[in-house]
Amino acid sequence: MAVLSTNSVPGEPKQYSSTQVGTWLALIALIMTGLQYAGMLPALLHRLPENWIPPFAIWLDAAFNFIRTDLGLQKLTRWFAEGPLQFMLDTTANLLYGKKRWPRFEQIPWSAIAASAAVLGYYLGGWRLAALAGGTFVWTALIGQWKDAMETMSVLVVAAPMAFIIGIGLGIAAWKYVWVDRAIKPILSILQTLPFFTYLLPAVIFFKVGPTAGAVATIIYAIPPMILMTTLGLKKVSPEVVEAGKMSGSTRWQMLRHVYIPAARTEILVGVNQVIMLCLAMVVLTAFIGMPGLGAKLLAMMGSFKLGRSFEIGVTIVLLAVTLDRLSKAWVVKLPEHHEKGTPWWKRHIYLLVGLAAFVFFTVLGQFVEWFAEIGRRQSFSQGKEIDTAIKSFLAFDIVKGTTEQIRYVLNVWVLNPFRDFLLSIPTFGFILFVVAGALALGGKRSGIYAAIFFGLVALTGWWDRSVITLYSVISAVTLAMIIGLPVGVFASRSEAWSRRVLLICDTAQTFPSFIYLIPAIMLFGITATSVVMSILIFAMVPLVRYTIEGLRNVPPEMTEAADMSGATKMQKLWSVQLPLALPTMAVGFNQAIMFAFFMVIIAAFIGTQDLGQELQKTLAGTDLGKNFVLGICVSLMALTFDMAIMTWAEGKKRMLGL
Amino acid sequence: MTKEAPVISCKNVWKIFGDNPEAYLKKMPAGHTFDDIRADGYIAGVKDVSIEVARGEMLVIMGLSGSGKSTLVRCFSRLHDITGGTIEVEGQDVMALSEKELIDLRRNKMGMVFQSFGLLPHRTVLDNVAFPLEMRGQDRHTRRERALEVIKLVGLEGREDYFPRELSGGQQQRVGIARSLAIEPDIWFLDEPFSALDPLIRREMQDEFLRLQEMLGKTIVFITHDFDEALRLADRIAIMKDGAVEQCDTPDQIVMNPATEYVRKFTEDIDKARVVHASILAEADAKGEGEPVAAAATIHDLAGALIADARDYIPVQDGDAIIGALSRQKALKVLVGAN
Ligand SMILES: Nc1ncnc2c1ncn2[C@@H]1O[C@H](COP(=O)(O)OP(=O)(O)OP(=O)(O)O)[C@@H](O)[C@H]1O
Ligand SMILES: [Mg+2]
Repeated sequence: MAVLSTNSVPGEPKQYSSTQVGTWLALIALIMTGLQYAGMLPALLHRLPENWIPPFAIWLDAAFNFIRTDLGLQKLTRWFAEGPLQFMLDTTANLLYGKKRWPRFEQIPWSAIAASAAVLGYYLGGWRLAALAGGTFVWTALIGQWKDAMETMSVLVVAAPMAFIIGIGLGIAAWKYVWVDRAIKPILSILQTLPFFTYLLPAVIFFKVGPTAGAVATIIYAIPPMILMTTLGLKKVSPEVVEAGKMSGSTRWQMLRHVYIPAARTEILVGVNQVIMLCLAMVVLTAFIGMPGLGAKLLAMMGSFKLGRSFEIGVTIVLLAVTLDRLSKAWVVKLPEHHEKGTPWWKRHIYLLVGLAAFVFFTVLGQFVEWFAEIGRRQSFSQGKEIDTAIKSFLAFDIVKGTTEQIRYVLNVWVLNPFRDFLLSIPTFGFILFVVAGALALGGKRSGIYAAIFFGLVALTGWWDRSVITLYSVISAVTLAMIIGLPVGVFASRSEAWSRRVLLICDTAQTFPSFIYLIPAIMLFGITATSVVMSILIFAMVPLVRYTIEGLRNVPPEMTEAADMSGATKMQKLWSVQLPLALPTMAVGFNQAIMFAFFMVIIAAFIGTQDLGQELQKTLAGTDLGKNFVLGICVSLMALTFDMAIMTWAEGKKRMLGL
Repeated sequence: MTKEAPVISCKNVWKIFGDNPEAYLKKMPAGHTFDDIRADGYIAGVKDVSIEVARGEMLVIMGLSGSGKSTLVRCFSRLHDITGGTIEVEGQDVMALSEKELIDLRRNKMGMVFQSFGLLPHRTVLDNVAFPLEMRGQDRHTRRERALEVIKLVGLEGREDYFPRELSGGQQQRVGIARSLAIEPDIWFLDEPFSALDPLIRREMQDEFLRLQEMLGKTIVFITHDFDEALRLADRIAIMKDGAVEQCDTPDQIVMNPATEYVRKFTEDIDKARVVHASILAEADAKGEGEPVAAAATIHDLAGALIADARDYIPVQDGDAIIGALSRQKALKVLVGAN
């Protein structure tokens, strides 16, 4: 455990360990809660009086207005949005789905894109990737979602490269200059916990409604991992390679261009993969500010409870995600290979040539056979109605209906509602003390202080009740996810084959845009509060299972062998050897689960919640930047508190175990 | 030694690793040993080294692992900024060089072969070898030509288009050697350049460097763990321990007159008869009679003659002059390995 002071010399004032202080704080909180129940706690200790709450939103608004109009930032951003950004987006939109705006380009036939994608897939990963990449686009076209998918893609192909360029630039700067690194680090951690809705409104205000705002929000959201991976990669370049570069008399620019960046290729490409995946997830979510595309379609279909069509769109999104993920990951591991001397030019570039040939062939074919250029709504193979009926009749079966109703009832009446009411009944001060006590016990003094500051700020914003409800959804969903996920992880980790299978599922699931997770929840539980918890639960379970397996599988074999030799049973081995050693890794998974939950709970506002997300979503319709930000920061502060405490604990534990 | 100014001259050079080493060095009391420094949380990579390397000389640095050989050489090439002292290369203080001057110096004068090769992983053999030429701005055609030439020299013909990860350790090392050969620098730093090579190629490479040194008058600083290699190549040998140079002298002197106990131990196991030349044993005031022996011959070369000979003192001839006589008794002692 972390200790407040390392050298407690007798005679000096007695030092208390963090755990002891934590226990005291928890005790005080307990007494406060008791007093509140007995009706003896002064009201001002229960909830901050209204007039104590500083008008953060108004101050922020004033600040934003100052930046926007007085400093003229808005002019600049609007210029960028209406000029270069709009131009790029229009170009890709014309090419992909024939938006018919300046600059006019003809729409590329779907078959040409599918064929080129297949060739690219083959080049990067053989037949399987070719089938996946080609198949995804064929499916999209045949199911009649080409236009929606291309609306999404047209933003993605602009946003991802921009995020890449900005990310790699900032990454290099952070690696080169310590002060940039210092300045960027805290901003990055806030950005990574800030709910997506908080990106959207400023984007709309500064960059006007529509695809431009969506693109900007997406770009900003996708930049952080690129920065992190770039710095990581550059720092890892082996010193002798650097020295070899220097001894060859490279200038600084030559060093960067010819030594550092190529040598950090792997990490940079992993960053690219993450950028693409985040961009896809976010472009889908921009549906909330009315951006057309797959996300908007999905939102509309789910809103009107058309399960069949929702399901089909979901499949398309998932296929796109998996394709983009596999292609970019294949690119990471694909190392250049040499050609034997004397290989002719065409053979060296065979894939490029075949890809071009396929592209040209289908483009020309599309001119003559309409079907290869565009598949109309009538011609599509969509089975939306039929699937809809099938799902709905399945759900109407007595057993299914009985089960879901039962789960809903038990969860709502016996678990969720009482828990929420209990959390709300705790006095604000008591609540903060509980959190601080937990943070102290887990992460030591620093985490405790931050927890106090962060939660204190949340209380000061005046959104306390909604914050608590947000927290309640997060905690209950993650707890349920643990109850289900941990046994799954433990079970899977027992055999090599199962570990591999489950990890593959987790890996794949992690590439799905978060929006997708709403579909099964809504299918099973309709548009209810249970769905909210359920969608978070599914989303949060992925990292839990994944890290449990990884933690357990990576326990050094000497240790399990030692346990075997001591005659431990399977259960004893699990409890006294494997789990304790895997705990730090599992904690990382737990932390990620909480972060995911904070993310998802805001998205789930769409279903109808009473938390911060609901308010946030409301702000999207207006221009209330200040309020939007205050709400976003509340979420971010709560998430950061958990993040800091858990990660500090995990790192300390890891060091202690010598892992 | 030659009268000419030395190519590399370093005086009281220190390289200390740790936080803010300059401040530490300033307040460090004189006579602090390596262990004292380590107890303070610092590591003395190079400890108060003064050494000179003459033009055309091959200086071999030896010492146990971690004794600071690589660090010293890195100080010469200013890959490390030294903590104290001065290093002059071609009369210029390397620490005072501007970035541009340093780049020019490295492009035109220096070359280095790295202990663990330091190949650029994303470049083919050919592009790796051509890299320094590319940095100098040579056009594609000339640098390709030159690169192919040296690749052939190190016996990697036909593998120009391979990537480093597709090569064996020894082949990778040869790429590193070829890269530094490509520019034929005046000053060469070779950090265990042949450690991964098989004996045959190793010998070829040694011959190649000897040839370059003799024909073109290159100055070479060479690190090795192999005494035989050192003896084949060295004009002088420097022996390092805990960052300090214990002794820097000709092989004969190191073997015959070790400066410290450490050096004596270090050289204990080598066959002295192969190292020691007649000239070293020649005593100027002694007088021998009869047929003289050549000063440049090793005792090993003379073994047969020494055993058969009955004279107590044998004259030693260097060129036309008799420089003295060696005591047969002493020579025989060297031969049988007793001190
Ligand atoms: N960049 C560095 N930072 C900290 N310590 C270093 C650094 N480089 C070298 N050292 C330390 O300096 C000492 C000398 O290292 P050096 O690499 O010069 O040894 P060496 O004589 O070349 O050994 P070897 O024969 O194994 O190559 C070692 O104790 C090493 O740990
Ligand atoms: Mg070394």
